[in-house]
Amino acid sequence: MNYFLQRFGRLFVIWLPLVWLILFFMLPLIEMINVSFSEAKRAVPPYNPAFQFGPDGISFQPVADNYLLIYKYWEDYLWPAINSIRLAFFSTLYCLLLAYPMAWWIARSNKPLQHILLILVLMPFWTSSLLRMYALIGLLNPNGFINDILIWAGFIVTPIQMMQTDFSIYSGMVLSYLPLMILPLYASLVRLDSSIIEAAADLGARKLDIFKTIILPLSVPGIIAGCLLVFIPAVGEFVIPALLGGPEQLMLGKVIWTEFFRNRDWPVAAAIAIILIAIIILPIVYARYQDKEGIS
Amino acid sequence: MRYDVPLLAKLLAIVGFGILYIPVMIMMIYSFNSSKLVAVWAGFSAKWYRELWTDDILLSALYKSLLIGISSSTISTFFGLFIAIAFVRFSAFRGRLTLSLVASAPLVMPEAVTGLSMLLLFIAMETTFGWPSGRGLDTIMIAHATFGMCFAAVVIQTRLRDMDRYLEEAARDLGERQPFVFISITLPLIFPSIIAAWLLSFTLSFDDLVIASFVSGPGSSTLPIVIFSKIRLGVSPEINAIATLMILTISAMVLMGSVLMLRREDRKNPTQL
Repeated sequence: MNYFLQRFGRLFVIWLPLVWLILFFMLPLIEMINVSFSEAKRAVPPYNPAFQFGPDGISFQPVADNYLLIYKYWEDYLWPAINSIRLAFFSTLYCLLLAYPMAWWIARSNKPLQHILLILVLMPFWTSSLLRMYALIGLLNPNGFINDILIWAGFIVTPIQMMQTDFSIYSGMVLSYLPLMILPLYASLVRLDSSIIEAAADLGARKLDIFKTIILPLSVPGIIAGCLLVFIPAVGEFVIPALLGGPEQLMLGKVIWTEFFRNRDWPVAAAIAIILIAIIILPIVYARYQDKEGIS
Repeated sequence: MRYDVPLLAKLLAIVGFGILYIPVMIMMIYSFNSSKLVAVWAGFSAKWYRELWTDDILLSALYKSLLIGISSSTISTFFGLFIAIAFVRFSAFRGRLTLSLVASAPLVMPEAVTGLSMLLLFIAMETTFGWPSGRGLDTIMIAHATFGMCFAAVVIQTRLRDMDRYLEEAARDLGERQPFVFISITLPLIFPSIIAAWLLSFTLSFDDLVIASFVSGPGSSTLPIVIFSKIRLGVSPEINAIATLMILTISAMVLMGSVLMLRREDRKNPTQL
């Protein structure tokens, strides 16, 4: 009796989340592929599913129109794709440059200060990114805080254009994703055995050499983890290009949104989403591959 | 010799903390500005906070967000706990690879993709089975529970893996049955991570704009959707006020939570509660 109960409990624990996730995560992706091969039409919903089964049986008529459309107007889609990768790449770089000294400082400070600094990193991580981006607009606007201060101090006469530039996107990304970079870096730096550093110092290594030959190489796993954690959500970001960016900073996440909500071209939105997934899978596969190389 | 962090690194770190905090702090100060013009400081006033309580759209959106947040994060925590147990405690089982794939892929999926794909599924289901009829609070809740459980699973899994298993083994040796061992020994030991998982999935749900925008229907606008449409019209002292309230509430919760967690971590005996 008890055996059967345990057996049943085990199946329950595994299959309940598995079925839910297949139903509400896998199936939606499959349906999205289906829609991306569907014909767009003026109706509700605005497409003719490639594969469908209903009262009049199963029908399967895939069309490649949506991908051909993207191919035909490739300039409209290629630039957002390149922008997504470019802006996400440099955002990741800036995050890394700022996060490394922060993580290092936190890892090397004494317990009470370490706790305070960690909490200071965690608090923005938990608060809404939308609201923090809004706060940033208040700073960067033509009549925002920074311009006000600069004009008041007499440095400039007319406001500097900071919104809708690459600068505003980078500021938003750093503000949004800095904690995600700090945490894995901190985790790898805090585990670093300080006796190695002391040994190197005793043997006469200079501080820069210690950093280059010991600290940096040993924190590579943290760097890779942090870069992935920042780059992946940054590529697909919608809120930041929508609120802080202009037409020059169009990214794929925003293109999906516009195709869907404004143009009501759902099949094309689905096709772009699939391209976005492809962009994200590449660095993950690369990191996995690197991981395996490192072990062997 | 002690290898101290160089001064330059410390300065950069302070700049980093400044970037994280200065925008929000300035916004908080300006939420007490009595002028409707955002750029001009016209004296201290709490009138924008008073006006929030008369904004019916905002209040009903807040109610919906709380409802969705509480229900979806509760589902997320239960399912996340199941996933964590399956991975840490069951060595090999049919579907392990599939489960690890579907439980980790939502973590890296862009919100716009998740939202769009879920909406397309809901529409396909509606045309095929007639459920869900239209989109509303229930579809947002399902969507939030789905990605929330993957985050919850990660949080609980870490704790479950680090946990000392001697107490469980002792209880089993003393003849306790598995369900009882789990409820009276394991669950209390991983309880902090369960709370953390619930809070994480709650804040993810409460802050989510993109997925909710796709799977919501008319009349089911959550708080982020309402705030986003207000932000598009420009900076206003009213949004400053609501943003200040939301950030302060979440920060207070995080502060309490992290003080508790860090204090527990510092104790010598990790199994002591």
